Amino acid sequence: MSAAHPDKEGRWAWRLTGFVTLCVYIFMFAPIIATIVLSFNSSMFGGFPMTGFSLQWYGKLLENEQVLAAFRTSLWIALVTALVTTALGVVTAFALVRFEFPGKQTLSTLVILPALVPETILGVGLLVLIKAVDQPRTLLLLVLGHILLAMPYVVLIVQARMVGIRRVYEEAALSLGASRSASFREITLPLLIPAVVAGALLAFTISFDNTSASLFWRPAGVETMPTQILSMLKISISPEINALGTVMILVTVGIPLIGGLILQGFTRLRRRNKPRRNDNENVEHQAA
Amino acid sequence: MAPDLTVNGEEPAVKFSNIEIAYGKFVAVRDFSLAMRKGSFVTLLGPSGCGKTTILRSIAGLVDISSGEISIGGRRVDDIPIYKRNIGLVFQSYALFPHKNVFDNVAFGLKYRNVPKADIARKVSKALEMVRLPGSEKKLPSQLSGGQQQRIALARAIVFEPEVLLLDEPLSALDANMREEMRVEIKKIQKQTGITALFVTHDQEEALSMSDQIVVMNAGAVEQIGTPEQVYETPATAFVADFLGKANMLAGTVSAVDGLRAKISLAAGQTVTVISPKALVPGTPVTVVVRPQKLPVGSAATTNRLAGRVVSTSYLGGSAIYEIDIGGRTTIRANTQINGRVAREGEAIDVGFDPAGCVLLDESGRRIS
Repeated sequence: MSAAHPDKEGRWAWRLTGFVTLCVYIFMFAPIIATIVLSFNSSMFGGFPMTGFSLQWYGKLLENEQVLAAFRTSLWIALVTALVTTALGVVTAFALVRFEFPGKQTLSTLVILPALVPETILGVGLLVLIKAVDQPRTLLLLVLGHILLAMPYVVLIVQARMVGIRRVYEEAALSLGASRSASFREITLPLLIPAVVAGALLAFTISFDNTSASLFWRPAGVETMPTQILSMLKISISPEINALGTVMILVTVGIPLIGGLILQGFTRLRRRNKPRRNDNENVEHQAA
Repeated sequence: MAPDLTVNGEEPAVKFSNIEIAYGKFVAVRDFSLAMRKGSFVTLLGPSGCGKTTILRSIAGLVDISSGEISIGGRRVDDIPIYKRNIGLVFQSYALFPHKNVFDNVAFGLKYRNVPKADIARKVSKALEMVRLPGSEKKLPSQLSGGQQQRIALARAIVFEPEVLLLDEPLSALDANMREEMRVEIKKIQKQTGITALFVTHDQEEALSMSDQIVVMNAGAVEQIGTPEQVYETPATAFVADFLGKANMLAGTVSAVDGLRAKISLAAGQTVTVISPKALVPGTPVTVVVRPQKLPVGSAATTNRLAGRVVSTSYLGGSAIYEIDIGGRTTIRANTQINGRVAREGEAIDVGFDPAGCVLLDESGRRIS
C-alpha cells in the first residue's frame, strides 16, 4: 500500500464503493420500479415499450369483482393475523424473557422453528395434518397458518425489546402496590409499545404477502391477493397485474411506513403533552 | 433454638426468624435472625455475594425463603405477595419509570392504595419538598441528574408511609460528592419520618455513619450484629476486624499470664503485653487485633514498642498512614496524627499500642470475651 497517494487511492475506493452501491440498488429496485411504471402503460401488453400514460388498468381492477374479493380476503386475514399474533407474541416473549421454567430453551426454539422451515414444507405439513384428522380447508385454517408463519418474527422483535427493559421497573411497580397484571399493563406494556407496533406491522405484511403456504391452505374458491395474481398470470400477462402489483407494494410498504410515522408522532406528542396534562390536573385538585 | 427476638419487650417492626434462602444446592443465606426496633436504621454490611441483597429482597417479597419466618409489624409476610406487603423499596439503579413524569412516579404507590386524588397531589408535593425537589412534578426522569433521580425514588418509596423502607445500595451509583450528601439526606429523612429502615451496602463508611445497628455478613451467614461502635471497636471475628477498617492482625502465642495481663510472643519475634477480658492459658495461639488508629508512632509510641521500618507513607494532611515492616514478614498499618515530621519511606520508626487498645481472637478467629 502506498502511503504517498492516500487521497488518490481513497478517491478511487470511494468511487468504486459508490458504483457498486448503485448497482445493488438498481438490482434491488428495478423490478419494483418496472412494475409501478408499467402499471401506467396504456399498451394492451404487460411489458415495455410504454405506449402512453393511462390509469385504465386501475379502473379495470376496481371493476374486477374477483380481485376486489381477494383484496378484501387478504386484508381481513392480515388484520386478524396481526392482532392474534401480536397478542400471543407479546405474552410468549414476556414468558420467555421473564420466567424460568423447565423446557424454556426447547420452547424458545420451537417458536422460532416456523421461520426456519421452508414455507412449502410447512404448507404441505399443515395440509397433510388437516387431511389426517379429516377436517376441511377453511378460512380459519388459513388464518391459523399465517399466525404460525408470523409468530416467530413477532416473538423475536418483542423479545429483543423485552430484554432491554430492566426488571427493576416491574419490581418497583410491585413494591409500590401494583399487582402483576397492573404492573405489566402500566409499566411493561408502555415500554414495549414500539416493539408491539413493529411486530404487528410485520405480521400484517407477512400475512398479506404470503403466497406459497396460502396456495396449500386456502379453501376451494377463496383467493388471496398473491394467489389471485398467480391465477391471473396463468391466463395472460395482463397490465392489470402490474396495477395489482403496485397496489400490493403500496400496502406492504406503506402500512409499516405509516405505522412508524404514527408511532413517532405519538411518542413526540406524549413527551410534549404529558407534563401539561398533569399541570391541569394539579390545578383541578387545588380548585377542588 | 429460636432466639428471643423481642426488643425491650416491644414487638419489633421487622423480624427475621431463622430464615434460610437456597437456590437448588446453593445456600445464599443460612440461619439468619434479626429483630429491628421500630424507627431504627439497620444496615446489612458485607462484601458482594454475602447474601445481604438476598435478605433485603426476601423481605420485599422478590425472593422466596426456603425456611424460617419473616414478619413486619407482627404480621407474618412470607406468603404475602410483594404488592400487599406495604414496603418502600429504593434501588441502586433508581428504577424510576422512564415513561412517567416525577408526579406520576411518586403518585404511583398512592394510586394503588386508593388515595383520593386531592390527597395524592398534596402528599406528592409534600414528599417532593422533603427530598428538596419541590416543583419538579412535570419533569421526566431522563431530565434529572443521578442524585435527583435517587431523591425522587426515595420520595416515591416513602410517600405512602410504608411500614419499612428498604434501601438496596442506593448510593453506589452516585459519584463521590453526591454520595456524601445523599447519605446525610437519607438519614435525616429517616429520622424525620421515624420510618424503620433496612439499608444494604458494602461500604463500611456508609454503614458506620448511618446505622443504629450493623449486621456484618459473610458467605451467607451473620458474623456480628451490633452498634457501629461495637462492631468497630470489638469485632467478633477476624472477618469483621478485617472488613471494617482493615485492622492489623498479629499472630502469636500466649507466653506468660498475670491475671488478665498476658504476654504474647508474636510470630514476628517481638513480645507484647495485652489486657484480656478473661484469663488466658499460656501456650494457646491468639491473634492480636489492633486498629490502625490505635498505633502511635515515633516518640508517641510508649507501650508495646515495636521497632520497624517505613515501607510506604500516605500523607493525608492532618494525619498519615504508614505501612511499617516490623520484621518476620509482618507489616503493620498505622493511621496516626502527624506530630512533627512525616516519616519517609525506608526510615526506621517505632510503633506501639496500648495493652488495652486491642482485641484478642482465638484460634478459630472468634473474639475472646
